[in-house]
Amino acid sequence: MVSGWRTTGGVTLDRTTPLSFTWAGRRLSGFAGDTLASALLANGVSIVGRSFKYHRPRGLFAAGLEEANAIVQLEQGGVSIPNLKATQIELYDGLIAGPVNAWPSADFDVMAVNALIKRFIPAAFYYKTFFWPSWRLFEPSIRKAAGLGIAPPRADPDVYEHSYAHVDVLVIGSGAAGLAAAEAAAAVRGNARVMLVEADAEFGGGLLSADEPVEGASPLAWRDAAVGRLRRMSNVLLLNRAMAFGFYDHGLITLSERLTDHLPPGQRTGPRQRMWKVRCTRVILATGAFERPVPFAGNDLPGVMLASAAQTYAVRFGALPGKRVVLCTNNDSAYGAAFALQDAGCAIEAIVDTRDDPGAWGAAAHARSIDMIKGAAPLRALGHRRVKGLGVIALAGRARTRIACDTVLTSDGWNPAVHLHSQSGGLLAYDEALKSFLPGASVQAAVSVGAAAGVLDLDAAIIGARAAARGEMASAPAAIPVGPTRRFADKDNAAAKAWVDFQNDVTVGDVQLAARENFRSVEHLKRYTTLGMASDQGKTSNIAGIHALSDLLGKPVPEIGTTKFRPPFDPVTIGAFAGRSVGADLMPLAHTPSHVAQMALGAKMEPYGGWLRSAYLPRPGESEDQAIAREVNAVRSGVGLFDASTLGKIEVKGPDAAEFLQRMYVNGVRNLKVGKCRYGLMLNEHGIVYDDGVFARLADDHFLVGTTSGHANPISESFLEWLQCEWPHLRVLVENVTTGWAVMNVAGRHARRVLAGVGTDIDLAPDAFPHMTFRTGTVGGVSARVQRVSFTGELSYEVAVPWGYGADLWDGLMNSGRPYGITAFGVESLMVMRVEKGFLHVGSDTDGTTYPQDLGFGPAIAKKPDDFVGRRSITRAEGLRENRRELVGLEVADGGGPLEVGAHVLPADAKEPKGTQGWVTSSAYSPTLNRPLAMALVERGTKRLKERVRLWSLGTWREARIADQRFFDPAGKQING
Amino acid sequence: MLLIECPYCGPRPEIEFRCGGESHIERPGPQGEVTDEAWSDYLFYRGNPKGEHRERWFHAAGCRQWFNLKRDTVTHRIVEIYPMGETGSAEPTW
Amino acid sequence: MTSRYSAMSLIREGLSGQRGWTPAWRDAEPKRRYDAIVIGGGGHGLATAYYLARNHGIANVAVIERGWLGGGNTGRNTTIIRSNYFFPETAAFFEFSLKLYEGLSRDLNYNIMFSQRGMWTLAHDRHGVEILRRSANAMRLNGIDAELHGGDAVRAQIPGLNSSPRFPVLAGMNQPRAGSARHDAVAWGYARAASALGVDIIQNCEVTGFLIEGNHVRGVETNRGTIRSERVGMAVAGHSTEVARKAGIRLPISSYALQAFVSEPVKPCLDTVVLSPATGTYLSQSDKGELVIGAGLDLYLSYAQRGSLPWMERAAAGVVEMFPAFSRLRFLRQWAGIVDVVHDSTPIIDRTSLGGFYVSSGWGTGGFKAIPAGGWCLAHAMATGRPHDLATAFSLDRFRTGALIDEASASGIAH
Repeated sequence: MVSGWRTTGGVTLDRTTPLSFTWAGRRLSGFAGDTLASALLANGVSIVGRSFKYHRPRGLFAAGLEEANAIVQLEQGGVSIPNLKATQIELYDGLIAGPVNAWPSADFDVMAVNALIKRFIPAAFYYKTFFWPSWRLFEPSIRKAAGLGIAPPRADPDVYEHSYAHVDVLVIGSGAAGLAAAEAAAAVRGNARVMLVEADAEFGGGLLSADEPVEGASPLAWRDAAVGRLRRMSNVLLLNRAMAFGFYDHGLITLSERLTDHLPPGQRTGPRQRMWKVRCTRVILATGAFERPVPFAGNDLPGVMLASAAQTYAVRFGALPGKRVVLCTNNDSAYGAAFALQDAGCAIEAIVDTRDDPGAWGAAAHARSIDMIKGAAPLRALGHRRVKGLGVIALAGRARTRIACDTVLTSDGWNPAVHLHSQSGGLLAYDEALKSFLPGASVQAAVSVGAAAGVLDLDAAIIGARAAARGEMASAPAAIPVGPTRRFADKDNAAAKAWVDFQNDVTVGDVQLAARENFRSVEHLKRYTTLGMASDQGKTSNIAGIHALSDLLGKPVPEIGTTKFRPPFDPVTIGAFAGRSVGADLMPLAHTPSHVAQMALGAKMEPYGGWLRSAYLPRPGESEDQAIAREVNAVRSGVGLFDASTLGKIEVKGPDAAEFLQRMYVNGVRNLKVGKCRYGLMLNEHGIVYDDGVFARLADDHFLVGTTSGHANPISESFLEWLQCEWPHLRVLVENVTTGWAVMNVAGRHARRVLAGVGTDIDLAPDAFPHMTFRTGTVGGVSARVQRVSFTGELSYEVAVPWGYGADLWDGLMNSGRPYGITAFGVESLMVMRVEKGFLHVGSDTDGTTYPQDLGFGPAIAKKPDDFVGRRSITRAEGLRENRRELVGLEVADGGGPLEVGAHVLPADAKEPKGTQGWVTSSAYSPTLNRPLAMALVERGTKRLKERVRLWSLGTWREARIADQRFFDPAGKQING
Repeated sequence: MLLIECPYCGPRPEIEFRCGGESHIERPGPQGEVTDEAWSDYLFYRGNPKGEHRERWFHAAGCRQWFNLKRDTVTHRIVEIYPMGETGSAEPTW
Repeated sequence: MTSRYSAMSLIREGLSGQRGWTPAWRDAEPKRRYDAIVIGGGGHGLATAYYLARNHGIANVAVIERGWLGGGNTGRNTTIIRSNYFFPETAAFFEFSLKLYEGLSRDLNYNIMFSQRGMWTLAHDRHGVEILRRSANAMRLNGIDAELHGGDAVRAQIPGLNSSPRFPVLAGMNQPRAGSARHDAVAWGYARAASALGVDIIQNCEVTGFLIEGNHVRGVETNRGTIRSERVGMAVAGHSTEVARKAGIRLPISSYALQAFVSEPVKPCLDTVVLSPATGTYLSQSDKGELVIGAGLDLYLSYAQRGSLPWMERAAAGVVEMFPAFSRLRFLRQWAGIVDVVHDSTPIIDRTSLGGFYVSSGWGTGGFKAIPAGGWCLAHAMATGRPHDLATAFSLDRFRTGALIDEASASGIAH
């Protein structure tokens, strides 16, 4: 019985659980098992939205994810989601939703005025105007009118996760073919891992709305039995609410699984969605097919719907699209829709079939007292906000009829869902009988079954699916050809009102216009008209557009071709791709061993190349400058402590270790004595300064290479590459041990006493342990390696202990140093001190153009006869240029404060900010020398010492003088304390 | 996402690896005799074929070994995998 | 008949059923001989042909495109136009291109929808701020607009930026005149204008070989016959190596997939272009309302035009980090182009060792913004036999001398 728009049907409805929801401000009711779309339909809602450009009223058109009209905004606030299709939203209690892009409502939208000027704004009209006087004038209004839903106003509160699976067979789709294939695949081998995924909440696919028995059982009973058997098989994993959206190289399929979207917001816990990455040995694509609509004038009116959609609404959801129905078709499958609706209480006013002889189905219609109009097609739907009649025209001749109705169902045949097959690299083959593209040759181990392979007969689909699952070939029965489709002549006025892409408002007229203007390839057609570029990505429009183009150009469809399919098959949440790589888990920062202790001292932590380190440690009330001045003074006059654990440490060991490093460094390595350290510079093969650091010789065949913090891993990998790929005959082992050793740097004249204070068996006497040497022993009771190297210019020990002891070592040194006023210092203080010394900082004072000779390494290179990485590059013409930028110091000459890093150097007589001779690379206020200091890369800098220059930075001029950058203690007297 | 069969670890996804570009590039020498052209060739010029490509891969997140493979740059099909230091089954096609 | 575009033309044709619109360009049958041949019917190739006709009076030109014009990288990029370059040579070239873009709609009588809504580069640590300052100063000293703003000002100008970010925004550099345009319109606009000047556009025509005599090019062999000319230019991003090889020319290029992504269209929520060097992700919102998102290259050779999953995940993570509200938006579509990458990320516009054969290549990830200037300069080279002043540094010889212009190293930004 018909009551309102609900019927007694609805195989997935749970009438014991009524739900209430709000649509466009109105309270409505539905049942568990409804989608928002079926509930709207059951409530008699006819206009569910407005089209993108013309804001024409639109009704539900499909029942699945190919829906183009019912685009909604779901919920409000931080959990809001724009642009969902009502057909994909599982109804829950308290759901709030409304149409997008319609104001004040879908029923009455002021932008509908666009439809009045439709003829002046056809496809691509914006290319032909709006550029005088300037696009800028018009763009804001265009932008405001564009877009569908509204982005949420706040950060996404939900969490998304990634999961992985490795399976032998993945079956995508749980219609009859998918279920049959999964069962057969699982039975091939008891331990074959089989996964079956279904995008819908319910398994069964087309079975949920089918009308004919399957293997003797009702469709639902067959489904229940099949699913039951699959659940009992231990080698089968079933996933519902999991949509396969990408088929990538080498058998990788991605799924988007919805975990909580079907629950009321208040009941959602845990991750919202899960992205699966599934590696499969074989894939069975049981992805079904999309019904093709019939284009005719007025086919976008509410009340015009795909035949199979109406059948789904009636049978699965117990909701009627209307009361007085006309069916327009060219194939048999649509008759089921008419009969199902008739059984549910609708009046079927007529079935219009383009075929002259619809055979058995026509007879069945006749038996049901349904009027048949054969050899005819829909001409025009009548009505303004709802269908109220349909004009029909004979294909041969010009006989016309008009039928009063409130619903028009259309079916032009079926388009197999070949998206994933195509994504995998598979080819497509046009089938003349079905007038659509079928999966052709696969390049990966994937096979299509059922409707996805163009096999529309259920029994044949099941047989074929089982055979495919067992790896056999099954010959499919010849497809029953679909009947003709009425064509539009070029420049037929009706074409301008026959919609092809409903969401983007593209008509057959627009296709004709595109062809007229020479946009005649399927790619040009798509881009020019935007056909197929809406959120349904052309699932109901692409093929229709191709047919229209084919008709117009008189070219067969295979020559027109089709556009490429790319992931995602259906839109997927951006957050789901990000997964857990958000917030602190996005490229997580590493902590130093002394992190906790330094935080307790009030450290200002900042990121430095993947590590969180203290920039400086201000006392309460101190500014950055004050803290840094205090820290620098403490080191220069007393003692300071710095956590140097982040600097790279790479062990290089083997009989050829010295020979290898000789080739890696600009400096000599072979002649370094055991127990000694040396400063080294490394280039890349392009001659660019890549890294610097101190290396130590632990034994004849054993070196410890020091690198900058950020380059530890890249350099150790680079070493491996040279050894494995270029010089495999060198006997060398390489290991990155950076995080194996914590390193604390004690610096200042009291450093020796502080180190002695924690207890060590290493002889710290100056002649026993000179500068730039390396010792091993125990420190604080723990195995240690100690180097005397100094980036501050003061007496300095770098004490390395196994990482786990780092925090204790820090504490021990701080305690030991207390009588000497030991002061923790941070990276910025260290930088001030090294600028005072004029020491290079790779990455600051160098960039991707800096050669070693620019830094004064020319003489060192001249002394070394051997080849090393990058050597050949620096002797090219570019390296011999006499006006290269060279690293020099800058003394401020205008009495002002520190120069800005990034300020550019101009000649002393420069009046205008034009051109550049270089730039400031490092800058600091020196507490030691009480004046600002800087370093810069300046053209011919070393030949211009004492020369005045001007600096310019964002409108500010400064005066400076080029100087030798060894500002403080150039003779290195501080080094021994 | 490529599934690469590391000769030492078995099949692993491409994110565990780093591609080092074309295989079998010889570093010219001795240094003093290398012309600018030969050096430029070595640094910058590669076959870049649309088709089968011999390239080096490094299993960064696994065994940290380099190896070679032959891969089609259009279909991404991996045709052959062979150890570093060997030349594989046939001469390069370009 | 309507060939000139204007609001009036829309009204007129609207009243007469759109019947009078003419083809945007002529589909020409290839002649036997031309004064110049341009291989490649993308933005660069079409612009080259247009400027050959317009600047040099050489209209007897054929553009040979093996597929559909604009179907390569021109139709696949993220549509950003900017000139925020560091070195004087590249700055001058890209600024010239931007200036051409500013007048292009009028010049071509085709709305390319160039929207100058700025482009922001963010800095997330001290070093990043220093780099931005150095870059902003370099731009200003090269006569290009650049502004440097502190974190608070950046957040005020770009609503929606993450308020508790993993990568705090310490500063941002904006080039106000940068922005985006409709990429297809650039190709179609140049095609229409070139065709109107007499250039023959020949689609579905693939070069299968070169006619060479006396170390000079004499023409090309195609699947539609032999076409002769003493001047042949090549602008075929993604296939430069393949086509040049047929002419016996090698190029220092590697071809990679560069992906781009769009979200579903939403009401205006982002009105500028934003790039974060921390994640390498950048995004803008098109006039249709879609977020257009780009990130880095897939780092192995590929001619497949699809790209792989990890970069889509990285781009998504980059978007969510910058704009956490966009996490709930959905990716609608993804695609990839084939980009020709050169070591220093600076293009090649030069003659070759084959007489009369000119190449424009190495555009990497930055070809779209360069279309007008690239076409202008390649046309100049082909017409005069000498490089244009703006392109003298973009030579093949720089790889031998080491005179590279390494923009990537200067700014740390993927181009």
